[in-house]
Amino acid sequence: MAQQTVYLDNAAATRLDERVLEAMTPYYLDVYAVATSQFGYSLGLQAKEALETARATIAQRLNASPDEFVFTSGDTESSNMAIKGVALALGEKKGRHIVTTAIEDFPVLYSVRSLERLGFTVTNVALDEYGRVDLDALRAAIRPDTILVSIQAANQEIGTLQDLPAIAAITRERGVLLHTDASHSFPRVPLDVQRVPVDLVTVTAHLIHGPRGVGGLYIRDKTPFVKWMDGGFQENNRRGGVENIPGAVGFARAVELVTAEETQRLQRYRDRLTAQLLQIADSRVNGHPTERLPQNANVSFRFVEGESVLLHLDLRGFAVSTGSACFSRSLEGSHVILGIGGDHERAHGSVRFTFGRYNRDEDVPAVATAMAEVVTKLRAISPLGKE
Amino acid sequence: MSTLPYSELVMKHFKDPHNVGRIEDADAKAIEGSPACGDMVAVYLKVDEAEQRITDIKFESYGCASNIATGSIITDLAKGKTLDEAREISWQQASDALGGLPPIKVHCSVLAVDALKSAIQNYEERHGLVKEQVPTTLEEVHRRLKHVVNPAVGLDIIRTKVVADVKLEDGVVQIDLDLPSDHQFANAIRDEIIEKIEPLWDIRQVNVTFRGD
Repeated sequence: MAQQTVYLDNAAATRLDERVLEAMTPYYLDVYAVATSQFGYSLGLQAKEALETARATIAQRLNASPDEFVFTSGDTESSNMAIKGVALALGEKKGRHIVTTAIEDFPVLYSVRSLERLGFTVTNVALDEYGRVDLDALRAAIRPDTILVSIQAANQEIGTLQDLPAIAAITRERGVLLHTDASHSFPRVPLDVQRVPVDLVTVTAHLIHGPRGVGGLYIRDKTPFVKWMDGGFQENNRRGGVENIPGAVGFARAVELVTAEETQRLQRYRDRLTAQLLQIADSRVNGHPTERLPQNANVSFRFVEGESVLLHLDLRGFAVSTGSACFSRSLEGSHVILGIGGDHERAHGSVRFTFGRYNRDEDVPAVATAMAEVVTKLRAISPLGKE
Repeated sequence: MSTLPYSELVMKHFKDPHNVGRIEDADAKAIEGSPACGDMVAVYLKVDEAEQRITDIKFESYGCASNIATGSIITDLAKGKTLDEAREISWQQASDALGGLPPIKVHCSVLAVDALKSAIQNYEERHGLVKEQVPTTLEEVHRRLKHVVNPAVGLDIIRTKVVADVKLEDGVVQIDLDLPSDHQFANAIRDEIIEKIEPLWDIRQVNVTFRGD
């Protein structure tokens, strides 16, 4: 296996940046103490300082106060914490209705579904063909007993960005809390919580060349929220458990290393690849043509099945993802493509390419050429697409 | 070193499938599956009428690796066999010939086996070899349910006791499953049941209910 993989699944996980690892290492080997209170020993104080510096760095990227940022074990925990934390705080006092979309990533989707089983009601707000929230439908969905709106900043699969300022203006006007899962957009797509009145924001390190197992949740000051990860008084008594200081330091370093220049480079890859893939007959873009994640291209090819595409690309040294039912753990087609009104066939032939720091200019024509070969090969054996 | 879930033989047949394509003047053909629910396989036969023997066979696939590999192996196995012999080729034989298939992939691969059986049936229908259409019995429904696989374990839903109750009345089949509706494979199993039962000529409706909630 001398062949080098061209990795185009950066929406699933990313390669750790050595500079991140370098920043983290001292907090495993030297400053390994827990973050102690101000009356603790000096090693603990150093750990505490590192944790708070990391917190400030990440909060600054959201234009938030450091006090409003809680470290978690990743985006799954962050979204669970946000949704269930608000439900615990307001379920009895205000109501048991939640507004979300059908295309959220699994942590939001299944947190909401768990609450439904406990008696909460849920409205999935209507989306357009690109997966963008219909703002009138959102206004109509909010009821007096609505306690939370949870709408992602960007879609994990088709890359569509939501109009967060418009959504937040509506929730703010109606006095309802807004949570957004920004795992796939932070910090490549800027979000300023002083200008956009979101109340809770999920972020994660593992998609920006940071470590696995660390993420965070922005919780706007005074947001009704009940701590449910019980334990010690860490994270300002919002999440129990010994702090992952190397993780926090790594996350902060990863955030620092994401630059606008780099993001523009990935966006050029995205646009070039999409243009080349659309040269293949019977192909179409999934998601919004322009309002989409800079690193995400997603195209469906008719008459071919995604898992076969994925395996043939793997044999040629490319790693991608698909929304095909054959590839999913539940044997169901992508809930995102079905959620924007696509059919099973479109999900079956959908292929997601996500770029990261370690992709190079030459990866784009290479994967486009491989993709054209694979589609031709599979269409030759397909019973469909021949008159 | 390979960490792929598929055997080397599956990968070989996936990369370079045998007997691929269409027979324009086929004596019989069948398509199983549909683009609406996932994979599709088409099988084409040339049959020696005197001997009732398959002289040529080809297939086309709109599906995943296990679907393509099973189409390839099943056409290898059927070529040169009589219709009666070919009809007996089971999914298990195809799987064994491929060095095993992952349980979760049974659904995708059993389609090729079904397509071969359907193509043989299609030949018999065209050549007046089929008896009168008989009304569907509960036994026939049970027999078909034995071909629906529980992807969690790779065994059929009758043997794994997922099917709690089956009723048949006036062309309506009611199937109760001992599964919660949010089970990982609930929708996949329901769709496959409908796929297997609905084509029966006198069945108007198939209802699947989840009892495990």
